[in-house]
Amino acid sequence: MCFCGTGLAFADPTQPLSPTNIFAPASTPAKSIFGLSLFVLAVTGAIFLVVFALLLYSVVKFRKQRNDDGREPPQVYGSNQVELAWTIIPLLIVVALFMATARVIALVQKTSPPGNAIAITAIGHQFWWEYRYQDLGVVTANELHVPVSDPAHPTPTFIKLLSADTDHSFWVPRLAGKTDLIPNHPNSMWIDPQQTGVYLGQCAQYCGTQHAKMLLRVYVQSKEDFDRWIRQQRQPAFVNDAVSQGQRIFETTACINCHTVSGTVANGRFGPDLTHLMSRDTIAAGAALNTPENLRRWILNPSQIKPGSLMPAMELNEQELDALTAYLETLR
Amino acid sequence: MSTDAIAMPSAAIAPRPIVARLHDWVTTVDHKRLGILYITYALMFLLIAGVEAMIIRIQLIRPHNDFVSPAVFNRLFTMHGTTMIFFVIMPFMFGFANYLIPLMVGARDMAFPRLNAFSFWMTAFGGLLLYFSLVGGNGLYGAGNAPDVGWFAYAPLTSQTFSVGHSTDFWILALLVSGFGSIGTAVNIIATVLCMRCPGMTLAKMPLFAWLNLVMAGLVILAVSPLTAAQIMLLVDRYLGGHFFDTQAGGSAVIWMHFFWVFGHPEVYVLVIPAFAFASEIIPVFSRKPIFGYSVMVGATIAIGFISMSVWAHHMFTVGMSSAANAFFVISTMAIAVPTGIKIFNWLATMWGGKIEFKTPMLFCIAFLFQFLIAGLTGIMQGAAPFDWHLGSSYFVVAHFHYVIVGGILFCLFGAFYYWFPKMSGKMYSETLGKLHFWLFIIGFHLTFDFMHIPGLLGMPRRIYTYEPDRGWDTWNFIVTIGVFFQAAGVLVFLGNLIWSYFRGKVAGSDPWDAWTLEWSTNSPPPAYNFTSPPVVKSRRPLWDLKHPADPDWNYE
Repeated sequence: MCFCGTGLAFADPTQPLSPTNIFAPASTPAKSIFGLSLFVLAVTGAIFLVVFALLLYSVVKFRKQRNDDGREPPQVYGSNQVELAWTIIPLLIVVALFMATARVIALVQKTSPPGNAIAITAIGHQFWWEYRYQDLGVVTANELHVPVSDPAHPTPTFIKLLSADTDHSFWVPRLAGKTDLIPNHPNSMWIDPQQTGVYLGQCAQYCGTQHAKMLLRVYVQSKEDFDRWIRQQRQPAFVNDAVSQGQRIFETTACINCHTVSGTVANGRFGPDLTHLMSRDTIAAGAALNTPENLRRWILNPSQIKPGSLMPAMELNEQELDALTAYLETLR
Repeated sequence: MSTDAIAMPSAAIAPRPIVARLHDWVTTVDHKRLGILYITYALMFLLIAGVEAMIIRIQLIRPHNDFVSPAVFNRLFTMHGTTMIFFVIMPFMFGFANYLIPLMVGARDMAFPRLNAFSFWMTAFGGLLLYFSLVGGNGLYGAGNAPDVGWFAYAPLTSQTFSVGHSTDFWILALLVSGFGSIGTAVNIIATVLCMRCPGMTLAKMPLFAWLNLVMAGLVILAVSPLTAAQIMLLVDRYLGGHFFDTQAGGSAVIWMHFFWVFGHPEVYVLVIPAFAFASEIIPVFSRKPIFGYSVMVGATIAIGFISMSVWAHHMFTVGMSSAANAFFVISTMAIAVPTGIKIFNWLATMWGGKIEFKTPMLFCIAFLFQFLIAGLTGIMQGAAPFDWHLGSSYFVVAHFHYVIVGGILFCLFGAFYYWFPKMSGKMYSETLGKLHFWLFIIGFHLTFDFMHIPGLLGMPRRIYTYEPDRGWDTWNFIVTIGVFFQAAGVLVFLGNLIWSYFRGKVAGSDPWDAWTLEWSTNSPPPAYNFTSPPVVKSRRPLWDLKHPADPDWNYE
């Protein structure tokens, strides 16, 4: 089993075993953990080999022979020298492991944000993620966008972790270890992803019925793409008279109790901000792709896609459903 | 010491009606009957919680499976965990301790027989209360009946806001009630070991089994008390407007975690130290040598007991403790590996130079050594806090603690079943079926729990009812589920063996293993009063002295 771990650690990087492999780090915290984990795997692997060899040897060598004479073997009661040896050697190993571990704890936990760091607040909800870029005036949900960080001139992202209801945990294995989001107990973490791309993860602390479909997507973008995304997210909602019927339905039903569309009367905060819904690849915290069919299906009956989701089925008729979906489709 | 039993005037007496015999079992205060009640009760719950595990694994055999709904899945893992810890392993351990300690220390019964009966029935009713939630409870909003807050029931999921209805109340009350039972039994074990030993048996001449159970009982008192306090606080929160854990009113979710794990981690040792006790009796007898380093084994156990009280927050490396607190719990967690390692080395040294007989109990204990070694090493990995920021709450930790509880504790328990079955029933079990059980179970165990580590390393969190197909977790989960069926087959063979041997097994005699501790000096099964006259001992292996009068142990201890 120790070997499995080592095997995974050295797997061919061009054929990823998994988009969430902890042994494929792409950000400083994950890389420091990776270094420590190789050291720990090597030490525990060596201990395993030694003790396993002793066990195997004694089981084979000291088994009762077929032609046994029936006499009891020599009765040995103990030896203080031997006991001392196998107390002191493990103690030394423990000290070495502790020092290596303490170093990584300090490195990850004692880093404070540099001046150019991006500050984000992530708020866990049953069963979705809210992201607030307080300095940039952007609020979004479920899909986190951060700029790539050049190792020579790092632009790390510092994330403050809050919870609106129960405990959650933010875990994107390739970027960092997990940190819990606990109500009344603000936490923080940081990442500095060094390659663009989409990094996956999901909530890692049981938070209620739909804990399983509280997925995480982190979009690491070049500086230009990130700035463009920020500019676009800061626009108020797109207004289009062609879908005014859908907008009216949205604004006269329970939708607005929970959802915000900036620049309109909809200012609920219980569910995700929908101002730029169509800029996202997925809906329902990553549970489904953001296609018109899925969106329609989701509004008609959320529990078909995500049973236990707190969004109620809106009991709309076919025509209302079409109009509402058409309106949402314009929120780019 | 006497090995005679008083002859029973048997043939003349007609068998008593079944109702009268059942009445005897319900009203008994005899430690052996209560031991068997504990064990039978735990076997029943082992089957129930095992079926729950099978349903969980069938649901996870492939991505986006819909064998059960998320709500049902959440109830299943809550009930599986709670049942296995509180109503399977603990009663098993208490059952064996109850049955064996008075016999091993040469006493007639436990120190407090009525407290013993009271404690058993508290535990029994606690378990029934938990399952009564299926009738009387209502879960998370819209989610039905059995508790579904997870076995460590983190706040604020347990508050009235998120857990409406009564299912969480049943969970609280079940643990509260059985907790009182556990504390009662622990008091009883401590009193028995300290006060009921036969003449000549000083503390240094007690069987290791008694020593280890003494430490276990001390830990029960220290660990179950904070859990009981926390359950009462949670009830106050839910019904009397308290705010201990109510985060919406300024309470602290983290305080609950501390309360739970200051119970939860010593609890691991409450379960595993009795397993060490089985291994410490079985390995010497089947190696034909005394335990290596008796006094070091006692010292290491006491060290484990103390250190285990200071490691709890290694379950909380991801909740945002300060780096100093994290470092403290790293060093205390790794420190506990030292006395545990000493124990493994001593068992190895006991086998070294012996004549090992591969009877079923010994097979289970050898597998235990191998698996417990791996479980300890994966424990060290998670003890390195930054590594745990990945491994914690992932399938890796699930694999790790099942390696401890199944690969370590349950294997030792199976060994103990086979080793003491002849004493408890008077009949010999079937060695063929025992070995079949061993091989089926060990194959199933390794298929399931070796491969379960891998999805954890690939980012799969625990407690998810389904997963996405693009994560590379499918194959591993498939293999894990296949292993479960081998384990289930093994358990069925085990139960079949117990039942068949009880009715059809050969008569075992009082000492089938040529063993050395006092329980083997009386009849199988022992009479109600255990020994016709109080035994007198001069060494740790009284029966060795009896069998080798020319070369007794007391010359060397």
